[in-house]
Amino acid sequence: MKRWGGLLQVAVLVGFLLLYAPLLAVALYSFNAAEKGSVWVGFSLRWYAQLMADPETSRRAWEIREATLNTLQLGAVSTVISTILGTMLALGMQRFPWPSSLGKLLQVTIDVPVITPDIVIAAALVVGFNLLRFVSPLFDPGMSAMIIGHVTFQIAFVALVVRSRLVLMGPTLSEAARDLYASSWYHFHRVTLPLLWPAIVGGAMLAFTLSLDDFVISFFTCGPSSSTLPIYVYHSQLRGLRTDLFAVSTLLVMGTVVLVLTLERLTRWKRD
Amino acid sequence: MTERVVAYGHLTTRRALLAKGGLLMVGGIAWLASFLLLPGLILVLVAFLQRDPDGGITWAFSLDSFRQLFGITSSGLSAANLWIMLRSVALAVITTVVAVGIAYPMTFFIARAAPRKRLLWLSLVAIPLCTNLVIRTYAWKLLLSARLPPARLAAMLGWLEPGRDLLPSWSAVCIGMVSAALPFAVISLYPSIERLDRSLIEAAQDLYASPVRVFMQAILPQTLPGLSVAILLTFVPAMGMFVITDMLGGAKHWLIGNLIQHQFGQGRNVPYGAAMSLVLIALTLLGVYSSRRQAGRSAEVL
Repeated sequence: MKRWGGLLQVAVLVGFLLLYAPLLAVALYSFNAAEKGSVWVGFSLRWYAQLMADPETSRRAWEIREATLNTLQLGAVSTVISTILGTMLALGMQRFPWPSSLGKLLQVTIDVPVITPDIVIAAALVVGFNLLRFVSPLFDPGMSAMIIGHVTFQIAFVALVVRSRLVLMGPTLSEAARDLYASSWYHFHRVTLPLLWPAIVGGAMLAFTLSLDDFVISFFTCGPSSSTLPIYVYHSQLRGLRTDLFAVSTLLVMGTVVLVLTLERLTRWKRD
Repeated sequence: MTERVVAYGHLTTRRALLAKGGLLMVGGIAWLASFLLLPGLILVLVAFLQRDPDGGITWAFSLDSFRQLFGITSSGLSAANLWIMLRSVALAVITTVVAVGIAYPMTFFIARAAPRKRLLWLSLVAIPLCTNLVIRTYAWKLLLSARLPPARLAAMLGWLEPGRDLLPSWSAVCIGMVSAALPFAVISLYPSIERLDRSLIEAAQDLYASPVRVFMQAILPQTLPGLSVAILLTFVPAMGMFVITDMLGGAKHWLIGNLIQHQFGQGRNVPYGAAMSLVLIALTLLGVYSSRRQAGRSAEVL
């Protein structure tokens, strides 16, 4: 194995460079005094200060704040809906004696959103919403249409996570509870739910991450006033590199770093 | 249907059980039926309709979109779209191979680290994973611009005229796509590589197997489940990619994803876009299926 050591180290270095070099460059340039472009003018904190500026006077600060709020609203609402629906779907799929053909069909249904390129889901949603718009204004391009789109791909992922936990749990504890005369509700409330809780939280976190990660589905279904941060960045990059957006990106990455490292600490603490 | 059954320790009838299960699933199934199945069917239908002059849809059957897609026009054959489809597949394969190729040793390195450090390394992989692709690609746009080290290095080596950006170019697109796929590959490979049975590797070494043989026969077969997930999670997004080619490439670097996006946006030709989406799904499924078969076959050989 020793012979491969050098090659291994090179690959690890290249891999982490590919992941972090661009993010470090952005963090560095977010302190650039120039308003745009990649010419280093001097150190300045003004782009961070400007993000905190009064939205009434600064148009950009207002736009960025709106986009951030839209992103969080979209993520939160779609996560709540998809976690509830996905968990119920997983429970229904796993715990009942469906004929095997129906079981397979259900399996395919939750596999489809996972192996379909997101642009195809987005295209289908656009075409479908164009017809459904005649039924309800809910399907007009905008926040409600984006939420529906996000829930559609999140359900499958939540169901996958919850279902794998249900398979691991097996029937023994439920059987024990029933033998001890637990009622249906008591059994669900005191046996199933506490055991399933980590998977439900995990599924919800995955759903929220997927929502934050999504650009294509939001881009296809958004309206004029429901732009999310990725959509805002996408539109403004067409006109060149803006230093204030480097500052926004850096704050976003820092937020993720804090979140991920906190989770890492929490799991380590729990294990110890 | 009324025979008594015991499910999860509860004595009940089959009918009551199925009713209860159905009730649990009705929300999710109804949601997926109305917002995934129905739109999917409409998409298939629309692909066989015609576009009217002002960008709407005419309810008349036609194969125009598919003819256009495969380059059969009234003015003769045009290979432009076929070429775009071909390079979408080629680029997705390259991205998958390179990303999995880098991710494999990275995951090995993480799995061999001290147990307390493993989670930290994994978190370092998860941070880019949780950062939106548009933001990460925006970052590449900065890093590959003329004044930063990569472009200067390329200019020094004579690969690039001094003062030019590294983009738009195919190399920029490839770098962006590999770095986008990398965390997915690592995360899906990790469970298999962490659980690797070391005694098999030691046994192979004791029997004087060459390093290549140790890898091919003692390591690789054990990691095939993770490998197939990694291939799936890198290949599928790469096939439908349009953000990276749009931001780091340009009109000359279009993939099938850009074509689809264009039809739904400025191109205003929804039937054509729908037809392309169907072709994209077909190509993706073909890729996934053939990689699974390949994996299955190599597992048999080993």
